[in-house]
Amino acid sequence: MPGIDHPPICEIYADNAATTKPSPAAIAAMNRCLTEHYGNPSSLHRRGQDAATTLLLARESIAALLHCSPRELYFTASGSEADNQALRTGATHGAAQGKRHIVSTAFEHHAVLRTLEQLQTEGFAVTLVPPRRDGLIYTEDIAAALRPDTCLVSVMLVNNEIGTLQPVADIGALCHAHSILMHTDAVQAVGQLPIDLTALPVDLLSFSAHKFHGPRGVGGLYVRRGLPPARLIFGGGQERGVRAGTENLPAIAGMEAALQEVVSHLPQTEPVVAALREQLIDGLAKLPGAHLTGDRQLRTGGIVHFCFEGVESETLLLLLDEMGICASAGSACSSGALQASHVLRSMGIPEPFARGALRLSVGADTTPEQIDTIIQTVGDAVARLRKENR
Amino acid sequence: MKRVLVAMSGGVDSSVTAFLLHQQGYDCIGVTMKLYENETVGCSRQKTCCSLDDIEDARSVCARIGIPYHVFNFTADFEHEVIDRFVAAYEQGFTPNPCIDCNRYLKFERLYHRARELGCDYIATGHYARIEQDAETGRWLLKKGPDEGKDQSYVLYSLTQDQLEHTLLPLGGMSKDEVRKIAEEQGFINARKHDSQDICFVPDGDYAAFLRRQTGKDYPAGNFLNEQGEVIGQHRGIIHYTVGQRRGIGISAPQPLYVTAKSAQDNTVTLAPNAALLARGLLADGMNLIARPTLAGPTEVSARIRYHQREEAATVLPAPSGGVYVVFRHPQRAIAPGQAVVLYQGDTVFGGGTILRAMLPTEFKEIETLL
Repeated sequence: MPGIDHPPICEIYADNAATTKPSPAAIAAMNRCLTEHYGNPSSLHRRGQDAATTLLLARESIAALLHCSPRELYFTASGSEADNQALRTGATHGAAQGKRHIVSTAFEHHAVLRTLEQLQTEGFAVTLVPPRRDGLIYTEDIAAALRPDTCLVSVMLVNNEIGTLQPVADIGALCHAHSILMHTDAVQAVGQLPIDLTALPVDLLSFSAHKFHGPRGVGGLYVRRGLPPARLIFGGGQERGVRAGTENLPAIAGMEAALQEVVSHLPQTEPVVAALREQLIDGLAKLPGAHLTGDRQLRTGGIVHFCFEGVESETLLLLLDEMGICASAGSACSSGALQASHVLRSMGIPEPFARGALRLSVGADTTPEQIDTIIQTVGDAVARLRKENR
Repeated sequence: MKRVLVAMSGGVDSSVTAFLLHQQGYDCIGVTMKLYENETVGCSRQKTCCSLDDIEDARSVCARIGIPYHVFNFTADFEHEVIDRFVAAYEQGFTPNPCIDCNRYLKFERLYHRARELGCDYIATGHYARIEQDAETGRWLLKKGPDEGKDQSYVLYSLTQDQLEHTLLPLGGMSKDEVRKIAEEQGFINARKHDSQDICFVPDGDYAAFLRRQTGKDYPAGNFLNEQGEVIGQHRGIIHYTVGQRRGIGISAPQPLYVTAKSAQDNTVTLAPNAALLARGLLADGMNLIARPTLAGPTEVSARIRYHQREEAATVLPAPSGGVYVVFRHPQRAIAPGQAVVLYQGDTVFGGGTILRAMLPTEFKEIETLL
């Protein structure tokens, strides 16, 4: 199949929140599964048993990296699937006790919001707490939304568009004090900050491999022991009867290798990424008509989001692309939509500002020189667009 | 190199068994018998107590040791040989011991047969008991494990000479602490797993609910009788009672009343004061003799009539019916039909069988002179 030939321009990939480049370790692990451990883990013979062992060791390793039991981990085909399954698990558990109210936030990923809409048609009541103007969810706002029949609270750990860090530990503690289940969509968090499920008071946590240099098409759901996971896909007895379908072993092994590498390097990379992010924020903030979206301090990872006055983000993105910078306006999953993103709207950002949104997400492999180039290029592009629009 | 099929439950004992045999140079294959579906045992998905987890644990250990691992589906055999027997025994008013049936019909029959088919020289389990050959007679002997509290020879009394010759019990001389220590050193995932307590297919211990679920029957209420056969109250269905039980009877009497007998035929439960539970001996059948081929006449032994119970001095002798009488030096309390009686001479298992009933005073008078 013919591919698209890219001109050999100097490319800076600053869209790690959309997806990351698969690491060599992940690719090697996937290759091993495709060439050697290609058996079906359910088969009796040695190839099958070999695959079953590979699957088991991957699960044990990921569990150790997240500090949970391998029995509490279920592999899914995406972070979205994990979110779907998490919410249905909480909803089912709640309904069994006659509790049919779910609290979440207005700036969750669509995998959460759309599932909640669907649950509403199935008789659940949903309260969406908006973030405040600083892009943060306040624990007291969640507390005010709780009802006697609240069965589940779902709050993302790191917002995927603006990169703010949410007080999930506090909210989880609040929920547990009221015997309410707590889910967190940690898709943008796993790989960016240490996750310790022995300390984080959540019952459900979803993650996705391609956000931490693993392959796409694979994710995972943590379900605290004792909570029965809801089934989305019926069929064979894979994933201990919870998710049917022959296990995507190459992807799972790739996810394990990627997570292993990312988590073991976190003590070194976390401050590096934070420094790059600060450098980028400092540089962009100096541009005229540039507004940082979300709180300056409470953020993590490499996501930087700005709104530029008098600029349309679509043209800005195309211009940046021509100049070698891969960026996005917001969630890649909803780009193409003309409307300003639901995240920005939920924060009360005025429409004219929101139309000039730019999300840059850098990683540990980004260099300070590249950050300088980005700042320079964005400045040039914004200036050029404003001149055109005058 | 000798080949061994290691029966692995997913617990710490059988894991260390596999590890030790592998260390000793045996060519090991780890096998877990899948015995039931989680749904069968009413182990709702609320609890992750079930066999799927055990299979994952066993697989994890085998991967660490570096031996092949397989799961054999024995659910149909288990249903037929263990669960059906358990249900039938309960319905007849007996107190069955399904672990013994599982060892006899599943582990040392079906699984042993598989092992032979696969060219294995031995089957191995993690039981705390020893197997030795008698230098004089050439017979294979079953002996107690050194740790009295953990000794499992009781549940192995049914092993034949052929089975004993081809069984390895590498934990026989070890203590549980030593076994756990090895598991921890090796980083086995189940090193700290708790010992299984209840009957595996009734994890909540509610036998009555299991029976109702399994058979779809209701076990009707009926009469409590006294020793004279007079009706003294109503019981909730005979499956709720076991011989020797005092709690949950709900009848006030001048002295505490105990269950002394159950009749499935009449749907009655007989109650009497404690003294009525005492008997001089018992009648057993289905005897398997290990230490010697036949029982010629009265023989001095010590007898265990319940798992982990103290042994009592006794004499065993053939009964005219074909079974054996076991006569105790001191009367024993609450002899439960259906339980195993296992006979020892010192550390060695002499043999064992299933208790049919307590001995009648008339029977005792007849054989007293033989003792």
